[in-house]
Amino acid sequence: MVQINGEMKNAAGCFLKQYLLEEGYRMDTIAVELNKEILPKKDYANTLLKDNDVIEIINFVRGG
Amino acid sequence: MNQYNLPSKDEFEQMIYERHTPKVHDKVKKGNVAVAGLGGLGSHIAIALARMGVGFLHLVDFDVVEPSNLNRQEYRISHLGMAKTEALKEQLLEINPYIEIRTDNLKVTEDNAVELFQKDEIVCEAFDGPEQKAMLINTLLSEKKDVKIVSGTGMAGYGKSNEIITKKINEQLYICGDFVNGAKPGWGLMAPRVMICAGHEANKVIELLVKETV
Repeated sequence: MVQINGEMKNAAGCFLKQYLLEEGYRMDTIAVELNKEILPKKDYANTLLKDNDVIEIINFVRGG
Repeated sequence: MNQYNLPSKDEFEQMIYERHTPKVHDKVKKGNVAVAGLGGLGSHIAIALARMGVGFLHLVDFDVVEPSNLNRQEYRISHLGMAKTEALKEQLLEINPYIEIRTDNLKVTEDNAVELFQKDEIVCEAFDGPEQKAMLINTLLSEKKDVKIVSGTGMAGYGKSNEIITKKINEQLYICGDFVNGAKPGWGLMAPRVMICAGHEANKVIELLVKETV
């Protein structure tokens, strides 16, 4: 199980980019933290989610 | 000193010491903080940091002041058509003439961000567009391991003051806002709620400056 935004998800074995697309995230408005480090965008496609990973997806909205 | 004239630098500092205590001011005055985007969020963040006496402020925006900004941004009729960097700098120096201000009148991109913010220990992300927000955080935190970012997302509309929070993501990243309320037609950005979010960002900056030994 992978912890994503505080919830346990059955996403181990899935590539991060695939997970994000399936969940409907827009690639250009998010930042992803994997185990307390911001993951560079270029690594989304080749990052395989593992059991016990902790992921925080920050989805930015307009306004400032 | 005549109490209605501009105090000298020492007198000014003494007044801030009395209000903020030396413990706070000695750290805050050494602070080097950038504000990226000088709209509703950034203009109010910068005003708060100048009033606190943050010693070095770095203001970055490419835009000019327009009439449609006046509902929520810290500008006036006399600033219309001016670069936001210049219009804000002018006001900050009227609030605290003894801080140093650097301005960069340009658009922040993936290619220039790391070099642009090289000397800043804390960067306040205060852009409008979600793509720009994500770009700044992804670029700086992927490449610059010694910077802290205080960012804002979700502040449109009115009411629900207490849903705006400051969330620590990790040692380098703090995000303020309600994370949900983006600006859209019929639910726009309004001064009070944008100012609440700006207050959160500025307040976190002060906390980081006072806590950290830099």
